Amino acid sequence: MEVIQLDKARNTNFLKEVEAESGQKLSTCYQCGNCTAGCPGGEFYDRQVSQIMRAAQLGLKEEALGNRSLWLCLACSTCSARCPNEIDVAGVMETLRSMARREGYVNDRPIESFWKAFLDMVSMNGRTFEAGVMADYMLRTGRGWSNLAMAPAALAKGKMPFFPHRIKGRKEVARIFKRYAEKRS
Amino acid sequence: MRIGIFVCHCGSNIEATVNTAAVAKKSLEYPDVVFATDTMYTCSEPGQDSIVEAIKEHQLDGVVVASCSPRMHEATFRRTVQRAGINPYMFEMANIREHVSWIGKDKDANTNKSAELVLLASEKLRNNRPLFPQQFDVTKRVLVIGGGVAGIQAALDCADGGIDVVMVEKTATIGGKMAKLDKTFPTIDCSSCVLSPKTVDVSQNEKITLHAYSEIESISGFVGNFTVKIRKKSTYVDWTLCTGCGSCIEKCPSKKNPDAFNEGIGTTTAINIPYPQAIPKKATIYADVCRKLRDGKCGVCAKVCPTGAIKYDMVDEIIEEQVGAVITATGYDQMDWTQLGEYGAGKLPDVVTGLQYERLLSASGPTEGHIKRPSDGLEPKSVVFIQCVGSRDKSIGRPYCSGFCCMYTAKQAILTKDHVPESQSYVFYMDIRAPGKMYDEFTRRAMEEYGTEYIRGRVSTIQPHIRPDGVVGYMVRGADTLLGQPVEIDADLVVLAVGVEGAQGAAQLAEKLRISYDQYGFFMESHPKLKPVETNTAGVYLAGVCQGVKDIPTSVSQGSAAAAKVMALFSKPKLQSDPQIAFVDIKRCIGCGKCITVCPYQAIKEVSFRGAPKAEVVGTVCQGCGLCNATCPQGAIQVAHFTDNQLLAEVNALCQF
Repeated sequence: MEVIQLDKARNTNFLKEVEAESGQKLSTCYQCGNCTAGCPGGEFYDRQVSQIMRAAQLGLKEEALGNRSLWLCLACSTCSARCPNEIDVAGVMETLRSMARREGYVNDRPIESFWKAFLDMVSMNGRTFEAGVMADYMLRTGRGWSNLAMAPAALAKGKMPFFPHRIKGRKEVARIFKRYAEKRS
Repeated sequence: MRIGIFVCHCGSNIEATVNTAAVAKKSLEYPDVVFATDTMYTCSEPGQDSIVEAIKEHQLDGVVVASCSPRMHEATFRRTVQRAGINPYMFEMANIREHVSWIGKDKDANTNKSAELVLLASEKLRNNRPLFPQQFDVTKRVLVIGGGVAGIQAALDCADGGIDVVMVEKTATIGGKMAKLDKTFPTIDCSSCVLSPKTVDVSQNEKITLHAYSEIESISGFVGNFTVKIRKKSTYVDWTLCTGCGSCIEKCPSKKNPDAFNEGIGTTTAINIPYPQAIPKKATIYADVCRKLRDGKCGVCAKVCPTGAIKYDMVDEIIEEQVGAVITATGYDQMDWTQLGEYGAGKLPDVVTGLQYERLLSASGPTEGHIKRPSDGLEPKSVVFIQCVGSRDKSIGRPYCSGFCCMYTAKQAILTKDHVPESQSYVFYMDIRAPGKMYDEFTRRAMEEYGTEYIRGRVSTIQPHIRPDGVVGYMVRGADTLLGQPVEIDADLVVLAVGVEGAQGAAQLAEKLRISYDQYGFFMESHPKLKPVETNTAGVYLAGVCQGVKDIPTSVSQGSAAAAKVMALFSKPKLQSDPQIAFVDIKRCIGCGKCITVCPYQAIKEVSFRGAPKAEVVGTVCQGCGLCNATCPQGAIQVAHFTDNQLLAEVNALCQF
């Protein structure tokens, strides 16, 4: 493990950006660890939620954005519910994810690709389409076969129809995506 | 009139952003001002001496000091001018520190505003009249509300000082929370053994009148002369006859009632004495669970009582006491932790509070000092303590630290190991707060000698589960933030260090006493540093946790401090009343009585003057709040030193353009 030159490594602008974008005040975090304690994804994380919060609090950009945990986070918001200081921790995680994408810190491409595939299907059909998500994901990553073992069970339960169920308002949903894309650019 | 103006630098506090010399120079143009100067520290001894000298040299008969808030130094300067032979109410203060220099950076604007505030004060001063305090007698008896260790100490010290004490305790016995504790930190001495000599002293001291199972109905009057109405709640037992033999308790058929003294762990009878060393050791019937009083069928206690003390027809009695001072020592209660779902919301039987665990540890408790968990009586081998339950938690509106939990948790972990040597204790903590004498050493002992594992992190959930052997366990899921990992512990028993708040009913009592309290039910002291025992109501003092979280030694200290305050008050043969009170211009008063209805102190009464109704102020009761002044349609009732003319003179001074 390396020694962090804390005074030099700190990026207070990054802290301000996270606070502004998430609307949360990170200095209220006193590191009780309740977010980590309740996190259902914690056992798979390379850096625990409370540690990510600490990294953000200190303004350590690399540590806050370049971890795999951001992409394993389920956004279940248990951390936000448990936080004694009323920080929307899940909101902070979401902010960090979007910053990581913007600034090229994404640490786990396949998970990001899965998210993109999912959103592609929603914008096309107004709702998810599992087989489509799978195909899209395979194309994006070229490693779709790794999940093939699950297909028979999913097929048998009717969880993977071959044609998408489109919703009535799918054009409106598509417009939401378009508007978002326009706003982003 | 000849007025002198003194503009204070307050070091650099004022001088840095106000041109005090310019303010002094400008004020020489004001009417009646014959002398003005600026001084470095007006409140210092040389500063005060310069005022005295100026008064003599320039024959001043009124003084304005422009400096800090009157809350800070008004009393100081009143004494100064009095020393020079001027009536203390011929003095005015202009606050150019809190109201000017501390809040503004623009020196010119600050200087202008300061000059205007000085004008304001001197214009008021031109309308001031000398005022003289009245003297009145003091009833040298003290009321102590609450019979916990703080109240007991205050009562004993007052009695020692020769003062008659009236003690009122809400429950059937004195002793408070300390009587429920098994041992005390950091000495691990037996709590009730340390306390009981004091409780016995209370009962035997002829200077102390104890009203147990009683509550304050109302308090009227003022410092030196309070009239207290006390509701003696019906015990259904004539305590003059009851010998505390316990026959009634043995025979009472209603046995399955939650035991309040044991914090709901275990059961008790409908007629009971809370604990063996209770003072007074007298039986009380609780009407809500007594078969005779509820259903009319039973009466066993009356049959077995050898002295015929049981009186089913007893009713509450209201008695009246006259006292000169009040010490409130009403203590605390635990916050309602059952709103916290992550700890089982009170629905998991083996998740207990720290106070409940004290009863499980205590030899006089429901398990006779053997640790048995409530659900199945199992002796726990794995005990998890959770700190800061309902403390330091903004999300539920409790941002404060409850102060003593870190210490009692360390104590309970040590006692657990003493009781069950093969057990393992874990403490989930955020920070260990142990600043007292021998306190930190004590928490280290819990870790080093007793092998308690301290885990830095909060707990997110407690999940009951059935182990392979059929026994119920509690999976405690938390985080070890030092390790940076979620952790789980399969516990037999979970003890919550529940945060504290002001005692139930504290707010209502504060209203009766006319003292302030915060949103957590703690009473407000008069000054957070320099007047921690006084309240803003003269003659009412604070002791123990009712003022803020504190442990036993600090509560005892504050009990003694409150007693010292009362003794100082009573050491004077007569008290002086503040002359800044309401007075009635009888020619203008039309006797409408509006002032009587708005007065919060019942200080105004109706009198007959040549057959017409008129208002009259009881000088010693009036607090000078001015509500009557604002209400009077005739302007007939005025507050001395703040008359309409004085206030209008200030307004005119400001609004001349």
